[in-house]
Parts: sequence; structure tokens; C-alpha cells
Amino acid sequence: MKDTIMAKVSPTKTPMREQPARERVRNYDEVPFGYSSEEAILEAQRCLMCKNPRCIDGCPVEIDIPGFIQFIADNNFRDGINRLKEKNILPAVCGRVCPQEEQCEKKCIVGVKNEPVAIGRLERYLADWEASQGDAELPPKAAPTGKKIVIVGAGPAGITAAADLVRLGHKVDMYEALHEPGGVLVYGIPEFRLPKSIVFREINYLKKLGVKLYTDHVIGMIKSIDELLEEYDAVFLGTGAGLPWFLEVPGENLNGVYSANEYLTRANLMKAYLFPQYKTPIIKGKRVATVGGGNVAMDCARTALRLGAEESIIIYRRSREEMPARDEEIHHAEQEGVILKLLSNPAAFHGGANNWLKEVECISMKLGEPDDSGRRRPVPIPDANFHVSIDVAVIAIGNSPNPLIPSTTPDIETGRWGNIVTDPETGKTSKQGVFAGGDVATGAATVILAMGAGKIAARGIHEYVMEKK
Amino acid sequence: MKVVERAEIAPNVHACKVSAADIARKVQPGQFIIVIPDEYSERTPITVADWDGEEGTISFIFLDIGSSTNSMAQLKPGDEIYSVTGPLGKSFEIEEYGSVCLVGGCYGIGGIFPAARALREMGNRVTCYSEARSKFLLYWNEKLEQVSDEVRYATADGSLGFKGHAYDLLEKDLHSGIKYDLVIAVGCTFMMYRIASLTRSYAVKTIVTMNPIMIDGTGMCGACRLEVGGTTKFACVDGPHFDAHQVDWDVILARRKAYLEEEIISSERHDHGKS
Repeated sequence: MKDTIMAKVSPTKTPMREQPARERVRNYDEVPFGYSSEEAILEAQRCLMCKNPRCIDGCPVEIDIPGFIQFIADNNFRDGINRLKEKNILPAVCGRVCPQEEQCEKKCIVGVKNEPVAIGRLERYLADWEASQGDAELPPKAAPTGKKIVIVGAGPAGITAAADLVRLGHKVDMYEALHEPGGVLVYGIPEFRLPKSIVFREINYLKKLGVKLYTDHVIGMIKSIDELLEEYDAVFLGTGAGLPWFLEVPGENLNGVYSANEYLTRANLMKAYLFPQYKTPIIKGKRVATVGGGNVAMDCARTALRLGAEESIIIYRRSREEMPARDEEIHHAEQEGVILKLLSNPAAFHGGANNWLKEVECISMKLGEPDDSGRRRPVPIPDANFHVSIDVAVIAIGNSPNPLIPSTTPDIETGRWGNIVTDPETGKTSKQGVFAGGDVATGAATVILAMGAGKIAARGIHEYVMEKK
Repeated sequence: MKVVERAEIAPNVHACKVSAADIARKVQPGQFIIVIPDEYSERTPITVADWDGEEGTISFIFLDIGSSTNSMAQLKPGDEIYSVTGPLGKSFEIEEYGSVCLVGGCYGIGGIFPAARALREMGNRVTCYSEARSKFLLYWNEKLEQVSDEVRYATADGSLGFKGHAYDLLEKDLHSGIKYDLVIAVGCTFMMYRIASLTRSYAVKTIVTMNPIMIDGTGMCGACRLEVGGTTKFACVDGPHFDAHQVDWDVILARRKAYLEEEIISSERHDHGKS
């Protein structure tokens, strides 16, 4: 019997329908449509339901992957979503933005010979199915412990920690610096990749679980960590990597040069793509160059097209192989007409009238010996500079942890990059009662790694507050 | 946060008081807040001009000059403001300097008020220079006089005090031998630039409160970057107060004009019946 099923299994993932590239570059709507129930069941049937599943090892939040996939195959979506949410509070988000090809799907046995099971798409399917059924079912909560915990930063790490802690019976308050919760999910990741309604749905779920949210609160300014420790039994810091890196080349302060954070915050959080209905403006360049090769760079380059750019170029100093972006993001960007200028690195930005950006001068690079990261180091080629005329540049080369809390909390230990030093097993920092996780501890990484860190810290905090007299 | 009062205290100049007990308890002279009057508006940074810790209120002065501040100008007592965040930025360093000169123009008259109060309490001799095009555009004269040893007025039309700009009056005073140990200037970029040029030649230490375009106000976006002493600084977290003689004024003057066209489009669309 098993063999006959195996024989029917497709060697490739069930494809997911998406908006045609030509249409979608003119709108801000989500690109892939998601599976139908038939497609989801078909894809679920590709799973071998391994006795010793390796996919789970690849998941930073240890989702019972074959477990939830089995429920899909059995057409039992309710139990499927509940199984998924035992470990993952944000399945609709992770199904869309996790780098599955580097995690669960990389370890999938089906993937040894064929394409791996589309775990991410199935995760998304269940989350979207649940949303279509009205209000989500609330999981059981432990009896109140009488402990009060404060979460600083309503991004992926904080949301995950809050959800786990509130379910353990603690009273959880959450502070967010911006006027909307969600962190990078809201200010950074564009609507066409992660609709904001999904994030707000997940935040509402968190509120229904009993988490109290306070926006517009910049901790370190309105309240110090020591003041929080007087009110709460423990503090979790998930303040993210909010300090943009610049190239530190001449001309970077010209008008028209943006950090990726500024460009995306204007477009997403402040809804500049709906200007002038929303009043925050953004410079809609005709020729836009984004510098960098990660997911954020892809988001910027694709945003530029949707804002009306005639040409959107990515300037990256290594080759395509070294690009850190998810395959799907690079693929989508290229489909939409983003031009990759590889082995190039800006040397200077040149301005014209009134300090406005006019062109970028680039150095041509070649690949040398591998560096610390194992990737081949880009080496400049002498006398091979070239100029590209542009009117907007977006610098998407990374972020450091936001220094606001470390700088206002001198007794918390920080590392070389300004990151808060934590115990990887518990999330403990050097300061008693203070835990941290996500980008503020690791430097800029992924949503799911931040969620994993939030989970670990929630366990650490639970142990700490329950032992505390 | 709830509006307690909002009044046009001079043509196009508004004072707004809101209940914000947590901010009122924490704020220091020179710090700012970010205000979003409604869902559609921009995040607008505004200096906190006064506060009352017991009453739990803060006050700020703004000019009705753009689309978002125009929405702010429609606020009535009892209205709920969409978002108020603060305090943000560093405060002025309130120390014993000796004789301190504070120059305020447009919204900056409100901006220098808490600094004057704190510096005088610290034992400094405080002289404020309050400037406007005409007498009827000045505001908070009495308030300022209460916290200063002297307030010197400069109006372009000569309707009150010196006829001319504050920097002309300050130049005259410095030339006549008046000595200041510190100058602080808050107001439009051009005024601060002129003050900076003037005090450089008299070698008087000068602090200016920079007002670049900002978004988050927590160091996340870098929109407010400027060049000070040859390095890039973020006004929101490294400032907003900087050594006036180290600021690259060309960069700041150009960066402030980045969205002029968009501002016109937005103002046309969101016209609240005021020109």
C-alpha cells in the first residue's frame, strides 16, 4: 500500500499560484495566493511521516511538523492548526517569511532525491484556514502564578515570549516604542510579502490571551530598566536590531539616500505607498539602486518598483551564490524586473543641484579567498570604477542592535557589536531579572530565530520567577 | 492621550497641552516628543515647552505649516491624540555656566523656556532673546520674563524692542562688550546658522537644537542624520543639541528641503480650510 502511495507522490512541490509579475509590480497586494484545501492535502500526502523526523531539528521553535502535516492529509485542519500553535504563535507569519529552505525543508528526507515537502506553504495554509473560520480557539491557560513579567519590544521575539509566558499563568505587559505593535513585521517587511492584517490578527490573539499592550513607550526613556524591575518580577528585552549601518562613503548624506529602515518604515509603517491619503512622503525615484544582498535588499528593490521606479537595481559586492536572501525572494525580485549588479560596491554617491543624489560610483570586485563567514571575500579590481545614474539609493547592508537600552542601562553587559550578552540556554543577561533575545542579542537575523530566542527566554523567565521568593 | 487645551497664541503658532503623566514625570529641558495627530499623519517631532508633574500635563508649541501640523491645529480639548511618544532625545546640560544667552525664534521661543527656567534655578544669569517679524507674532513674553533675568526682544519691523533679527541684536550686544559664557539657540535652521556664524567669531560656546526630518525618533531609521565635526550623527538619539560650530550647515539646510514638493501635494489634499 505504502509503495503505491509513494509511486503517486510528485517529485516536485505542489506549486502555489501567485500574482503574475507584470500585474503585481503595480500593486501592493500579497504575491503568492496560498494553497487551496485540495492543494494542501495533495502536498501533505508527499510527507513520509518519518518515525525519526529530521525536519523538527531544523525548526528553531521545534514544531511537530509531521504531526500537523498528518492532520492536513486527514482533512482535519482544526487539530492541525492546534498542533502547530502548540509551538508557534505566529504560523501565518512564519509560513510566509521563514527561510524554510535553510531550516526544516533542508532536512526533509523527501528532499534528498526530490524537492522537499513544502512545509512553509502548509504552515501558511493552516494559519489562513483558521483565520477564515472566524475567531481563533484560545488554548488552555495555567492557573495564575501571581508573577508579573514585562516584555520590551512587540516584535517576533517579544510576541513569542509573551504568548508562552501568559499561557504559563503569568501576568504579562508588553511595551512597544512605535505606535503600532509588530516590530519588523510591521515597519520592515512589506505588505506584498506579509499583509499587515495578518500581523494585527496575531497581536489580537495575544491580547485575547491576556497580554496587555502599551504602544508609544520607549523604554530607557520613559521608564528605565531599574524602574521596570521595581514593578515586575522579570524583564524580557526584545528590542531588535534597530541601528542602520551605512557604507561610510562620500555623499551618503545627500538627499535621496535612504537607509533600508527609513525607506521601508516610510513605505510600510507610515503607508507612504498610499501617499497622499497617508501624509508621510517617500521619494519615488525613477532609477533606484539598493545596496545589499539580503531579504531586506530584495524588499527595498521590489518596493521601489511598486512605487513606480522605471528601473530598480541591486548592487551587491559578491556573486549571486553568496547572496544571503531567500531563494524565493531573489526569484520574485528577478521575475519583477529587478536588475542584479553583482560584484560591485559603491565607492561614492555624487550629487547635483541642491544636494540631490545624481549617481553612484561603483568599484568592480572579484572573488578572492574565503573569509570568516566561509564565503569568498570580494576584492576590488583597480581602475575599474563605473558610474550609474540614479535618483534614489537605499542602503540595505545590515543593522546593529538598538543602543537605547544598553546606553541607558550601564550595568548590562554588551558584546562587540553592541549586542546584549545572553546565556543561550536561558536568555539571561548579566543583570539580575533581565532576559533578552532576538536581534538585540544576536545582531540582525531572522524572524524565526528571534521567535526561537523568545521561546528559550520564556522558559528561562518561568524558571526564574517561580524560584524567586 | 487627551488634549487639555489647544490655542492659537499667535498667528499660526499653537500651544497644546495634553495629559501625559508619565512623560511629565520624566521630561527634562530640551527633550522632545513625537506626535501623530491622527491615523493618516506623519510622526512629527516637537520640543516639550513646559510641563507640570503634579497636574500630569505637558505643553508644546507648534507652527501650523504643513499637512500634519494642520491636523494638530484642529485638535480640541477632550480630543484623543492618535499617538504621543516621549520623552525622546538628550536634554540640555544644565550646569553652572555663569551668564547664559538663550535665543528663541518661532517655535523656539517655547523651546528655550524650560532651559531658561532650569538654568536660572541652577544659578546662572539668564538673558533670553525672543524674536519675530512683528510684536503680534511673539508669545509667552511674560512666561519668559518670569524665568529670565532679562528678555531682549527683536522684531523685524521694530514694533517691539530692537528692530532687526535676534542675531543682529546679539551681534550688537557682543560688539558692545556684553559677555556670555554660553549661547543656546532654538528656532529655524537659518537663524541658528546665523547665530553659529556670529558666535564663532566671538569664540562663545554655542549649542543649537537641530530640527531635521525624523521618523521613529529612537535611532532606527537614520532620516535625521547630520554631520557634526566630520562624523554622521543622528539628531534623535545623539542630539538634538549639538555644538553649533561643529555642525555642517549645508547638509542640514539641504536635507530639510527634501520633501517640499510632497508637502505641497499633501497640504492641497488635506486642506482644513486654512491657507
